[in-house]
Amino acid sequence: MVSALPPLADYAARLGDDSLVLGQRLGEWCGHAPAIEVDLSLSNVALDLIGQATHFLGLAGAIEGAGRDADKLAFHRDVMDFSNCLLVEQPNGDFAQTIARQFLFSHYQALLFEQMAQVKDERFAAIAAKALKEVNYHATLASDWVVRLGDGTDESKARMIAGLDWMWRFTDELFAMDDVDAAAIAAGAGVDKAALRADWDARVDAVLAEATLARPAARRAIVGGRVGRHSEHLGHLLSEMQFLQRAYPGASW
Amino acid sequence: MYTTDLSGKGKAETAAAEDPAMLATFEARVAADEFIEPKDWMPEAYRKTLIRQISQHAHSEIVGMLPEGNWITRAPNLRRKAILLAKVQDEGGHGLYLYCAAETLGVSRDEMTEALLSGKAKYSTIFNYPTLTWADIGAIGWLVDGAAIMNQVPLQRTSYGPYARAMVRICKEESFHQRQGYEIMMHLAAGTEAQKRMAQDALNRWWWPSLMMFGPPDDKSPNTEQSLRWRIKRDTNDELRQKFVDITVPQAEAIGLTVPDPALKWNEERGAYDFGDVDWEEFYAVVRGEGAVAKERMQARQKAWEDGAWVREAARVHAEKKAVGNRQLAVGAR
Ligand SMILES: [Fe+2]
Ligand SMILES: [Fe+2]
Ligand SMILES: [Fe+2]
Repeated sequence: MVSALPPLADYAARLGDDSLVLGQRLGEWCGHAPAIEVDLSLSNVALDLIGQATHFLGLAGAIEGAGRDADKLAFHRDVMDFSNCLLVEQPNGDFAQTIARQFLFSHYQALLFEQMAQVKDERFAAIAAKALKEVNYHATLASDWVVRLGDGTDESKARMIAGLDWMWRFTDELFAMDDVDAAAIAAGAGVDKAALRADWDARVDAVLAEATLARPAARRAIVGGRVGRHSEHLGHLLSEMQFLQRAYPGASW
Repeated sequence: MYTTDLSGKGKAETAAAEDPAMLATFEARVAADEFIEPKDWMPEAYRKTLIRQISQHAHSEIVGMLPEGNWITRAPNLRRKAILLAKVQDEGGHGLYLYCAAETLGVSRDEMTEALLSGKAKYSTIFNYPTLTWADIGAIGWLVDGAAIMNQVPLQRTSYGPYARAMVRICKEESFHQRQGYEIMMHLAAGTEAQKRMAQDALNRWWWPSLMMFGPPDDKSPNTEQSLRWRIKRDTNDELRQKFVDITVPQAEAIGLTVPDPALKWNEERGAYDFGDVDWEEFYAVVRGEGAVAKERMQARQKAWEDGAWVREAARVHAEKKAVGNRQLAVGAR
């Protein structure tokens, strides 16, 4: 059983896992959103994310060179080998919590892909360039909802504050750098995520101001997703997502 | 069918009370295959029948998101997940176009939603059956979207313009769904023993409910004659059902699946399949709201609506604040 991926493959898998897990979460909304238009926009975002996951996980498997494709990586790894950030695996909660997660993540992803679209490794650059258009739309969509909910009714404001409060402790992890990041940068594929922080703060703060919301207070960061130390939520998400592949080993679909 | 009259017996709309001259002109236009547009005069009964039919179709698209949405998080691979997400999203889009088409007849989306949630409005009986395995996603695409196309292709030439135009857009996507569903079934039927069993079981469970989608037999369908004359409908329930059987049986055979009907037999003389009797008692029970998962479907729609109320209210209040802000800006600029 292959588990750990070589650094550059791991780097690609982190990107793929972020998109996959968030896409999976958004898929849970389908048919249950507050309005049909919202339902359509959430599944649109989910669809983009699943597409990104397919590309990045496919790339991870190709770099690894052990015959694992995107599906093998998505459906046949356990929690400790998933390397998504903790933010994306957080439960949907109410609509405000879902929007808080999307807002914080999509602005990060937009900044990340802006840089990645220019890296030397064309495989990473091409996926990022294509995804950037999608992600800019996700960031706008989520920001618009943060403003509507923050500057809507008393109830929506309270819910938006609670949603941001739930997610905020997982934001530092987005910008944390480790050996895998360093290896990816050295290979001409990686981005200095720590350097994105100031722009992310500025973008997030601008939207929060328009939403008449205060920036959540700084707090102790919860980290670990990149090295397989996840929340309890991820195991349940995987058991649902991987059910068919696990129950019918070797079958093709 | 999504559009089959499920209003019950004895409630057929009649045009008896209308101005005879206006009515004659209207009927002549319809007979000449002209489109009736929202601003044109139309008999009240025509308007009511269309509102019922189009809103019922819209509700069917929206409720229909639930049985398939049930498998989005469990789709077996990334490609199937993406296809299913896009498919369910299409159905939501169909619901939207159709609500818009119905709105041109003077009914609001909120009113239609209220009617659905209160149980007053109907939706297709087919969505009151559960999706138990992945093969059900194949069966729904193949059979349910397949049956929907059979009914909706003729509706592209239905007499009411906005409805006909909505159908043109929708039909393209429905035929795509049908092919994707059949492709899932084909794959399963050629797969492991467990997958074949899953595929056959899905066909066994979805076959008869799919035949019921075309509605009661012609001699028990109260509105058919009027609707045919007004070109709201273009074929009878039994004609469409026969056509569906004739097209679908060879598709099942081609992938080695057995249609669960011992009476099914090719009739050389008619050039069509003879098939067994549909269990109409079950059909009427499902129409009455007694389907296996009818309560779950309505509960899911009610929950989405109630849980979303604060979101819709926030969006409304925010839009108002913006509008006031813009007016003040405009005044200030003068
Ligand atoms: Fe549809
Ligand atoms: Fe339809
Ligand atoms: Fe469809």
